[in-house]
Amino acid sequence: MKTSRLLMIAGALLLLSLFKLPLWNITLEAPQYPTPLGMNIHINKITDVKPNDVKNINLLNHYIGMQEIPEHLKEFDMFPYIVIAMVVLGVLIGLRAGYKWFLAWFVLMAVLGLAGIYDFYLWEYNYGHNLNPKAILKFTDAQGHPMAYQPPLFGTKKILNFTAHSYPRAGAYLMFLGMFLALVAFFVGKKEKR
Amino acid sequence: MMKKQARLLFTLFIAAAFLTQCTQQSGNNSGNSSGGALASSAAERVYVKPGDYDEFYAFISGGFSGQLSVYGLPSGRLFRVIPVFSQDPEKAYGYSEETKPMLMTSKGFIPWGDSHHPDISQTDGTVDGRWVFLNENNTPRIARVNLKTFETDEIIEIPNSAGNHSSAFVTENTEYVVAGTRFAVPFPQKDMPISDMKGNFKAALSFIKVDPQTGRMNIAFQIKMPGFDYDLSHPGRGKSHGWFFFSTYNTEEANSLLEVNASQNDKDFIAAVNWKKAEEYIKQGKFTTQKVRYAHNIWDHETHQAHTKWETEVKVLDGSLPGLVYFLPTPKSPHGCDVSPDGEYIIGSGKLAAELTAHSFTKMLKAIEDKAYAGEAYGIPILKYEAVNAGAVKNPGLGPLHTEFDGKGYAYTTFFISSEVVKWKLGTWEVVDRQPVYYSVGHLMIPGGNSRHPFGKYLVAMNKITKDRYLSTGPEVCQSAQLFDITGEKMKLLLDFPTVGEPHYAAGCPRDLVHPKTTKIYKLGENKHPYATKSEKDAHVVRKGNEVHIYMTMIRSHFAPDNIEGVKVGDKVYFHVTNLEQDYDVPHGIAMIGANNSELLIMPGRTETFVWEPKQPGVWPFYCTDFCSALHQEMQGYVRVSPRGSNVPLSWSLDGEKPGE
Repeated sequence: MKTSRLLMIAGALLLLSLFKLPLWNITLEAPQYPTPLGMNIHINKITDVKPNDVKNINLLNHYIGMQEIPEHLKEFDMFPYIVIAMVVLGVLIGLRAGYKWFLAWFVLMAVLGLAGIYDFYLWEYNYGHNLNPKAILKFTDAQGHPMAYQPPLFGTKKILNFTAHSYPRAGAYLMFLGMFLALVAFFVGKKEKR
Repeated sequence: MMKKQARLLFTLFIAAAFLTQCTQQSGNNSGNSSGGALASSAAERVYVKPGDYDEFYAFISGGFSGQLSVYGLPSGRLFRVIPVFSQDPEKAYGYSEETKPMLMTSKGFIPWGDSHHPDISQTDGTVDGRWVFLNENNTPRIARVNLKTFETDEIIEIPNSAGNHSSAFVTENTEYVVAGTRFAVPFPQKDMPISDMKGNFKAALSFIKVDPQTGRMNIAFQIKMPGFDYDLSHPGRGKSHGWFFFSTYNTEEANSLLEVNASQNDKDFIAAVNWKKAEEYIKQGKFTTQKVRYAHNIWDHETHQAHTKWETEVKVLDGSLPGLVYFLPTPKSPHGCDVSPDGEYIIGSGKLAAELTAHSFTKMLKAIEDKAYAGEAYGIPILKYEAVNAGAVKNPGLGPLHTEFDGKGYAYTTFFISSEVVKWKLGTWEVVDRQPVYYSVGHLMIPGGNSRHPFGKYLVAMNKITKDRYLSTGPEVCQSAQLFDITGEKMKLLLDFPTVGEPHYAAGCPRDLVHPKTTKIYKLGENKHPYATKSEKDAHVVRKGNEVHIYMTMIRSHFAPDNIEGVKVGDKVYFHVTNLEQDYDVPHGIAMIGANNSELLIMPGRTETFVWEPKQPGVWPFYCTDFCSALHQEMQGYVRVSPRGSNVPLSWSLDGEKPGE
């Protein structure tokens, strides 16, 4: 089999790691938490970094009126199917289709990825802004607007006494690698055609 | 010419260098009154930087406080007082319904005890940091403290004993923990004239089997001994593993004015007990079964409750069974009875003697083989002094009490009367160093000191008297501990710190045996307390006749329910409170006005119960006593109490709603 096809198939199969490894992680540090609190975001669930972390994040968040981190999101129902579909599609393309399709798969992945990140942003925005009007602690920003507690999409941000870190995790990195392999497969395939 | 100038310059240079050095040295010395220029100061040696950990744990018994305190070494900082034999209202120990059974005895509920000798469990002759065993003198008992939770897991009462002093030392694989009898008594107890003591009083030496997995204790057998006073004990180790040594005084069997009458014999005994032989006799059925009744109090980690099991039998072996016990004559009412790390020497500290006596285990075995007997006492052979004695430390000081070892060939003995610690060499018996202590030292402790492998870095001397050493606190002043560095030829005093209660004895171990393994929270999912409320929506109140049971939860920063009505004067109100937190170091407390009881201090995931008997109609508040969170002050609630016979219906709520509805 041609190298380009092998790369394309390998790239598509790497997405399967998303069923085991977390996509994203949010870690909260504070003086009272020498061992930080953290949650891992998977394609189908949100989990504790160490036992009870999500419960304890919710407990702290109730003071500022934030909603509880949901145990279930509608996205969790869809994401696994989308990932499986992309794997199957990628493998079929790798086996049968011409190299141009490799690029098409990559572009589709990129679009879906951006959509996913946008969806994540919307959830975070809601989570950080949609506060209980009976919140115990109500802070306002310099302009007098109610303070929002939206965690960063990517990066590190100070929220009251907490420092929040939001970064991709192994699952995301392997997904990026898979997309990169598809892109490489496209260029290798192009060369092979010549 | 040039050469001469060069030489002059060179000489000047050397002189300048020398001068500079002298100045530097005197500078160093001014900041460090003893030791060389390179030695760090005592302050530096005991300073543990904020946020850093101590190197060793020290578990120091509280003597008449009945408790066990946890300190760090070398800082001397106090971390926790573990309630063991005395009630502790701070922790509700002995007050909450769950812990009351821990203090149950055949004499009823005993709220106080006299804790003496902690000893850490061992594996292969090395401290393993799993449990601390601790004896109680007044109401003979042994406790086992769990070093994961730092709580008392078990207390077993010792029948046929009085004054359980020669205890709670463990054998080198924690096969047994022992108990003794310091005050010979009728065995079994009976009404008889005190003056008929001689020959009629006896003393029990108890061997308590320890389950290697769970730590659960059970009295395997007791050895019925002549009615002497059995004072201290230590296990054989290494070559002498299988033997246990007990010091005795009052072999005169005096029943009055013991300070004179028990000090007449030139030699008392160290009793060498062959417990492996005892095991054989038990197997062969050479015991009598005595009917007794004693309390065995066990903490259940699943239900978070203690219960008392009443034990009814004990196997008794007679001390005169052949080969079971030998007496080693030891001068002048020996107190300490300490065994060197290699198991060869048994050091007897004759309180009133001018020397320290060292018996040899090897010579003892030979003397037994040769039947080198000087006589017998109540059928127990007395070995010839010369046949067992290995040597003596001559004129070491006044009033020797206890000896510990550094594992490097040296022994350290405390002297109560001359108020000092003396370092001497095993085998040559020569004194190497002596340091004063302030004042009147009792026990001393080297971490791992009662094992084959002492950690010979620090020595803690525990003093009975402090007089002028600290800021005065009226007629009653603190006792103290003093920390010595024993890594050098000479002992160096580093620190002097006050203690909780009388620091009777201590056990120490490196922090890593304990610190990384401690429990952080109790898992709510594993809580099997019969009155646990594992979710706020399950909180409720039940009336059963005049008993009202409140199933309450606590989480930052509220109780559920926090408004309760329908309680009446004459009711017995049980607060069963569950801390729903599952985060480290987030306890909540609860106190109720008018409760003839203590507060509860409830750790995450645990359920505890206190009883309140309201005596007056009204609306009575309760609140959280542990500063749990920013809204701790708001963590409060009310119970409405109506007069007897009132028909106010029982109701409960949180924020106007019944939880769960």
